[in-house]
Amino acid sequence: MTDYSVDLVPDLAPSSQYKFATRVLPLLLMALLLLVIPLLEPSRTSLSLLNAVGINIVFALSYNMLLGQAGMLSFGHAVYFGFGGYAAMHAMNWIETASYDGGVWAAFPVFALPLVGFAGGAAAGAVIGWPSCRRAGVPFAMISLGLAELIAAAGLMFVGLFGGEEGITGDRMNGVEAFGLSLGPIGEVYWFIAFWAFAGTALMYAFTRTPLGKLAQAVRDNPERVQFVGYNPNKVRYLVFIAAGGFAGLAGGMSAVNYEIFTPESLSVIPSGLVLLMAYIGGARYFAGPILGAIMLTYMQSNFSDYSEAWLLYLGLLFIGMIMFAPRGLAGLLLSAVSGIQHSLTVKSLLRWGAYCTAGLLVVVGGVTLIELAVRRSNGFGEVFEPFGLHLSPEQVLPWMYGGVLLAAGVGLLTALHKVGEGESK
Amino acid sequence: MTAALQLKDVCKSFGPANVIEGVSLEVKRGERHAIIGPNGAGKSTLFNLISGLFPSTSGQILLSGRQICGLKPFEINRLGLSRSFQVSNIFANMSVRENVRCAVLWSLGYGHSFWRNIGNLKEVQRKTAEVLDKVGLSDKADVPAVLLTYADQRTLEIAITIAGGADVILLDEPTAGMSHSETNRAIELIEMASEGKTLLIVEHDMGVVFGLSDRISVLVYGEIIATGTPEEIRGDARVREAYLGDEADFAEVTA
Repeated sequence: MTDYSVDLVPDLAPSSQYKFATRVLPLLLMALLLLVIPLLEPSRTSLSLLNAVGINIVFALSYNMLLGQAGMLSFGHAVYFGFGGYAAMHAMNWIETASYDGGVWAAFPVFALPLVGFAGGAAAGAVIGWPSCRRAGVPFAMISLGLAELIAAAGLMFVGLFGGEEGITGDRMNGVEAFGLSLGPIGEVYWFIAFWAFAGTALMYAFTRTPLGKLAQAVRDNPERVQFVGYNPNKVRYLVFIAAGGFAGLAGGMSAVNYEIFTPESLSVIPSGLVLLMAYIGGARYFAGPILGAIMLTYMQSNFSDYSEAWLLYLGLLFIGMIMFAPRGLAGLLLSAVSGIQHSLTVKSLLRWGAYCTAGLLVVVGGVTLIELAVRRSNGFGEVFEPFGLHLSPEQVLPWMYGGVLLAAGVGLLTALHKVGEGESK
Repeated sequence: MTAALQLKDVCKSFGPANVIEGVSLEVKRGERHAIIGPNGAGKSTLFNLISGLFPSTSGQILLSGRQICGLKPFEINRLGLSRSFQVSNIFANMSVRENVRCAVLWSLGYGHSFWRNIGNLKEVQRKTAEVLDKVGLSDKADVPAVLLTYADQRTLEIAITIAGGADVILLDEPTAGMSHSETNRAIELIEMASEGKTLLIVEHDMGVVFGLSDRISVLVYGEIIATGTPEEIRGDARVREAYLGDEADFAEVTA
């Protein structure tokens, strides 16, 4: 037998420089960004948007612990967000009561409520995951969907726990102040959200670097083989499920403090679907993907709904488009753009990219025109679509033709580009 | 001394089809034992029964004297039995190093730990590097497993199988689909990997079987018709007839 002492075996681990650049640096940049944002003196509207983004980043990352890491497709992840949120909401009210009547909760800062949320989400994950993690793949997805419906329905029935349709409200300005933050003004809530968004992101990233995190990836790739290296894939799934539930609960706790209200709606399949979209559109194969998805979708949710009644339709089209043409999500698009710039920056490739972008723009402009005209026509109020000072009435033929021609030109150009690309690769 | 692996009258039927019909087999500690037989004889099914992938219909399977029938594959693996697959069964999206690292974790006692950074586990790094060095995949450590050549994937398959340090190793057609030179490399690898361990191997390549094994069992239609040294098997008339139905051919391939 050869003696394998430490110095004989080559060190296969990546260099510390590489580790710093890919693992520590992104987190430092995130922290820096979070610290810099308040210096730009954002408006109240931007702050409330930023707070919503922070909550959704943690929620989407927790979802991706299941989807991206362990390969578990869940349609009911909002259940754990909701249980965490409700746990935090109840605790917030206990803090309020205790600050008048005394009790242990009087010493608990509202700032730390996301920890209660974590415990609530993890406990829900431990109970619900016990039966559901015995199945993988489609049965797991179906069970998660059924449970989400069941618990959303229960949310309306058990009024004491979930507060019925109006939900539960609370007041975050009670109890001990942590870091000198009263959490009254939205600017102070920003620091609360920033702290937990960073902590959640850093911890979930650290999880991917642990033995359990690596095993989760192995289960995603090949659950059969995992059994033959000594691990029970169901147990690995179950443990990851609890952790994902915990971090979803953490996001729920952040949401409880931010909005001071929690309703059974947040347990339902609608937020469960939205978090799936965030992870998928952002790029479930990359750790940072869901962050991009959370930023984009939260922005769309709060801004597009002001511009267009059809924003959910656009969201659906975006999702379908990403699945068909960019299955690696925004993160994948970003990475291939970067590597394209690094490796093959020629006039020809620039022209090709330009042509693709033009075609894409034509499709979007044409499609939007048609959809907006259709929405206005079906409303029947005689509304006119007026983008950039144009006057497009759905009652006339010409605006529909504009939209149709632009869409057709875009699709035609895309098809032609695709054919040229195929011809070159032959 | 108890046998490393003992099968007593093991049967397996899928519905009305009896695939394994009363197999009894004893693999001694430290021996290299091959199972040969025509296609559809039930060789892979037998492996699946031993490793716990399928439950057997009846009979007993003992690993170092301990009953392992009815245990789950991961429980059997933890008792020191590891297997490879006929079709490469690896973690495709992970790098070669990560593949092997997953396979050493349990044996080093890291279980399901989620409070340790895997990059700081010196023992894990060393064991992983050692296994990669042993099978000659060190230079491809950071290549995604899915991008390996076929022969390298087969090597990785064996690396994952031996990484946990199991005493009993089951290899299911490790040289299937390999070229001549690749097969020669694979034989060296198998010899090294099974050094000081008990090896049970299913193999079609008679050159490999007769060159490598201490004893051979012949499985035909779910029954073992003969067990013996390569010499005995070569001279066994029943084997010649049952195995190929043509004595001359069998003599030729086993020569």
